[in-house]
Amino acid sequence: MQNIAALEQEFESKIERGISIEPKDWMPEKYRKTHIRQISQHAHSEIVGMLPEGNWITRAPSLRRKVALLAKVQDEAGHGLYLYSAAETLGISRDELFEQLHSGKAKYSSIFNYPTLSWADMGAIGWLVDGAAIINQVMLTRTSYGPYARAMVRICKEESFHQRQGYEIMLTLSKGTPEQKQMAQDSLNRWWWPSLMMFGPTDAESTHTAQSMKWKIKLKTNDELRQQFVDITVPQAEILGLTIPDPDLKWNEEREQYDFGAIDWEEFWQVVKGHGPCNKERIAARKNAFEGGAWVREAAIAHAEKKAARTELKKAV
Amino acid sequence: MNNEQLIINNAVDKAVLADYITMLSDNSMILGHRLSELCGHGPSLETDIALTNISLDLFGQVRMYLQYAAQLKDEETTEDTLAFLRYPNQYRNVLLVEQPNTDFAYIIARQFFFDAYHALLLEELKQSTDETIRAIATKSLKEVSYHQRFSSEWLKRLGDGTDISHEKMQAAVDHLYPYISELCEASPLELEMQATGIGANLAQLKAAYFERVNSVLEEATLTIPENKWTQSGGKKGIHTEHLGYILADFQYMQRVYPGMEW
Ligand SMILES: [Fe+2]
Ligand SMILES: [Fe+2]
Repeated sequence: MQNIAALEQEFESKIERGISIEPKDWMPEKYRKTHIRQISQHAHSEIVGMLPEGNWITRAPSLRRKVALLAKVQDEAGHGLYLYSAAETLGISRDELFEQLHSGKAKYSSIFNYPTLSWADMGAIGWLVDGAAIINQVMLTRTSYGPYARAMVRICKEESFHQRQGYEIMLTLSKGTPEQKQMAQDSLNRWWWPSLMMFGPTDAESTHTAQSMKWKIKLKTNDELRQQFVDITVPQAEILGLTIPDPDLKWNEEREQYDFGAIDWEEFWQVVKGHGPCNKERIAARKNAFEGGAWVREAAIAHAEKKAARTELKKAV
Repeated sequence: MNNEQLIINNAVDKAVLADYITMLSDNSMILGHRLSELCGHGPSLETDIALTNISLDLFGQVRMYLQYAAQLKDEETTEDTLAFLRYPNQYRNVLLVEQPNTDFAYIIARQFFFDAYHALLLEELKQSTDETIRAIATKSLKEVSYHQRFSSEWLKRLGDGTDISHEKMQAAVDHLYPYISELCEASPLELEMQATGIGANLAQLKAAYFERVNSVLEEATLTIPENKWTQSGGKKGIHTEHLGYILADFQYMQRVYPGMEW
């Protein structure tokens, strides 16, 4: 028992001094579990997040846009890969993590349960969803768990590129024909509130915040981050000449921040609990890919074993 | 040869050359489209990323070809008008590349059958008398060598993997094999371009192609189908039913919102 107390003390002191925790280091079970939960949730968000944008790859309006969108969605697959690898360092397999996603045990970002209904959604998602992700994630580049922090450095660089690319799509549309401008406005109308929900429940209702702040998974609260997002995004919408669908939105001179309207938390919980517009389709698509690909993965293993056996045989001869 | 003749030949060549280049790009474009349908749905993250890479390479090639073809045409023509605004019978890709993503074995068989041809074609085009085509072929060949490695490795893995994968791989090969002879059958346009030294000599690469294909099939422990019946028509603009649906997706935005900047 004394031994564990000493390990715990060493662990706490590392966290306090900002020394990163590495896979081989001792860590409290709760730290390991929390990180598996958070990193895998993040990984799942990356790969489920491929689906709504993947929906428009075949219909992209120009070759240049098609290539950029393909590359973007591929980046998200890469993010998923880094993050699953980071989670695996905590002693869980990728297949187990997939099982958790498919069974509904593991969560992913709710935003990806909304449908993509027009090309403008490729702009709005890049601008708002990748934009919100950056605000949520940039602090994770300094989080306490080493493999997670390092994955996040690479990821954040690419997310800011995605954000600029999305904004540029919106800018092109808003400078285009009336139909295009209307398409952009319609898209902003649909993605604005779900984007604000990406920061999670209000601080009063958030269960993980205190512990997460101690372990540097979080440096700011949900509400602080949400405010930051609104303050950054409103002027960007003004440049586009688009209207944010919130009649209560206005600059507060005193706070030097925007006031904004109440979020529909009922909708938030409905989507989180699996009853959003596309929850079932998203999970079904992931399950299909995984289960439909089982014979491929099995064949690869069988082939590698055959090959190894043949090499052994050659050596023996 | 006097000067006057040269200029006239040149003028004729421009339109024909643009046509040939567009035809070259069509195979990459339609196969790239098929692969792009898979993004987010691959059997593993690694294969998902790899197939998307191939799609990205193919669309990169399409853009190089079509930007060149557009330059040879009138001022209104751009890479996008060439890519998106033709009628279905004006696309001249081979039937092979428009075949659907039935399962991963079909995806791999289609890819390998095309890659093996594509690499040989680009080897030929590296000798083209047209400087731009030479440059595109040189750059593309590096990518396609990788594609060929990827698809032939997977063909062997699945052919010589489990009983199930062997069966699926054989079924895909049997289904797609009749489509591959079209690759090496030269159309009048291809013959014309071959004669000028710009285009590839397809008759010449046919033997090497089948040798390559059959040797990999053998290595994958698969049976080489008896090549009695063949399917062709794409080079003449006579396609399978699949192309109409591909284009319905592919052209959607340009058709619904014509003449806009994106
Ligand atoms: Fe991402
Ligand atoms: Fe992103």
